[in-house]
Amino acid sequence: MLQVLEGSIAVAEAVKVCKVDVISAYPITPQTHIVEKLAEMVAEGEIDSEYICVESEFSALSACLGASAAGSRVYSATSSQGLILMAEVCFNVAGMRQPVVMTIANRAMGAPLSIWNDQQDSLTLRDSGWIQVYAEDVQEVTDLHIIAYKVCEDHRVLLPAFVCFDGFVLSHTYEPVEIPDQGLVDKYLPAYNPYNMLDAKQPLSMGMYATPDYYHEFRYEHEMAMQRAAGVWREAGAEFAKIFSRDYSQAVEGYRLEDADIALVALGSVCGTIKDAIDEMRNDGLKVGLLKIRVYRPFPADDIKKALSGMKKVAVVEKNLSSGSRMLGIVGLEVKDAINDSSISVLSYVTGLGGRDIRKSDIRKIVNACNEGKGNMFSGLREEIL
Amino acid sequence: MRELRIHGRGGQGSVTAAELIAVAAFKSGVQTQAFPAFGVERRGAPVQAFVRFSDEKIRLRSQIYHPNYVIVQDSSLIADIDVFAGLEAGGIALINTEKEVQRAVPEGVKVILVDATKIALEELGLPIVNTTLLGAFAAVSGEITLEALSEALSERFADSLAEKNIKAATIAYNMLKGEV
Repeated sequence: MLQVLEGSIAVAEAVKVCKVDVISAYPITPQTHIVEKLAEMVAEGEIDSEYICVESEFSALSACLGASAAGSRVYSATSSQGLILMAEVCFNVAGMRQPVVMTIANRAMGAPLSIWNDQQDSLTLRDSGWIQVYAEDVQEVTDLHIIAYKVCEDHRVLLPAFVCFDGFVLSHTYEPVEIPDQGLVDKYLPAYNPYNMLDAKQPLSMGMYATPDYYHEFRYEHEMAMQRAAGVWREAGAEFAKIFSRDYSQAVEGYRLEDADIALVALGSVCGTIKDAIDEMRNDGLKVGLLKIRVYRPFPADDIKKALSGMKKVAVVEKNLSSGSRMLGIVGLEVKDAINDSSISVLSYVTGLGGRDIRKSDIRKIVNACNEGKGNMFSGLREEIL
Repeated sequence: MRELRIHGRGGQGSVTAAELIAVAAFKSGVQTQAFPAFGVERRGAPVQAFVRFSDEKIRLRSQIYHPNYVIVQDSSLIADIDVFAGLEAGGIALINTEKEVQRAVPEGVKVILVDATKIALEELGLPIVNTTLLGAFAAVSGEITLEALSEALSERFADSLAEKNIKAATIAYNMLKGEV
């Protein structure tokens, strides 16, 4: 049944139907409504989860790591500085191969202090060994949590995941959403079956010293699991689609790409605005399409190459900054590498940082700049205050 | 697509009003999207909330610059804020006030005044005007039905509180029905 819910509440409802055993989080805008709602559900006895209150994000994810190692299905959520404070633990969770699922309500990094949206936080932790997925709307972020647990807990994968959605833009927006039925979710996502766990009767250690004789291979095995996650995601997405009739099995999704000359590439909620802008530009005769990247880690290089073959130009809309890099955007570098074809121009456009609104007219400006061969630049700057 | 901007002060329930309109609109059979002006929630400070209505799924995520409707919950805002900004000919501004509005109105914009504070004080015993204004909005916009609004209010509030809010909304609805 479709109902109008705030994005954060829909995420909390998704966590509820995933029947997590342990939740630990530290409140930070704009993630707050998610964990407030979950705390309320625990207090009211609506969910049978342990909610561990902590004094920082570092402790929140550390508690999740311990609980996961003890064989629990665990959940956390954070944003911005909170995520970066977790950075050390993020590497540990991934390295210990614990299938923790964490929502990232994407927010800009300080300084200057900003509570508003961009995607600098999760993209900065691109190399921390977590699966990363990005949602376009409230329905998608709801559903992606359920698929994420399925993929992360698969014994071919055993990796953690960030489920990212744009702070405020989705977290504080009310729109129609269907919360998947508990009975169907139970069938899709059975109770967590740990590959191994801390158990006093059969003692083992996790996160031990790995000498130079072993560390290299640990990292290799981790990487192999990340590569396998691509296929497991497709499988899990297809199974989800069969049950719930919403298909997220593809790591990337095209919109009006078939006959396009220019492809925009983006992650997250801005894809919706881009689709509306594309419809308008198409009416004006511009052959523009969108490639939305849903699964960012593992990076779907082959899918991107296939989807963008035949394009003349590619414009990557970047709500992030890779400071000091030639292209300026994090995503563009990888898209360019994926295409690996010098006849297709790939340019990045850094825009919408710190919550700056991205309008259809901004997308049109990016397309115009791309047409003129201008790119690898900030777009939408207020020149008058520089 | 039609768009609404709500002006209020922190604590007056502008975001709740936007949410209730979205719920009621969806029950009335249209696609909706409601959101606050991000990150400015402070008690007493000017705040805004927004609602979109469409016959198709709403994908647009940018803010609202040219609303078809404006609701002003507190007429003291009018002196400081251009509550009519972006309203074009054919637009409707619904203002809670007991007196005339001292501000130039853009050409072709219909201004509708309602003393929602008086109704709210009589029916709720509190100057919380958002639900009363929702009844007025249902009457002047036609975007939501009174039935859908009443249903949304029943889901949101406990029994007697829901009844009082529905009554306040209904009084405003009946007062303004046929105004536009």
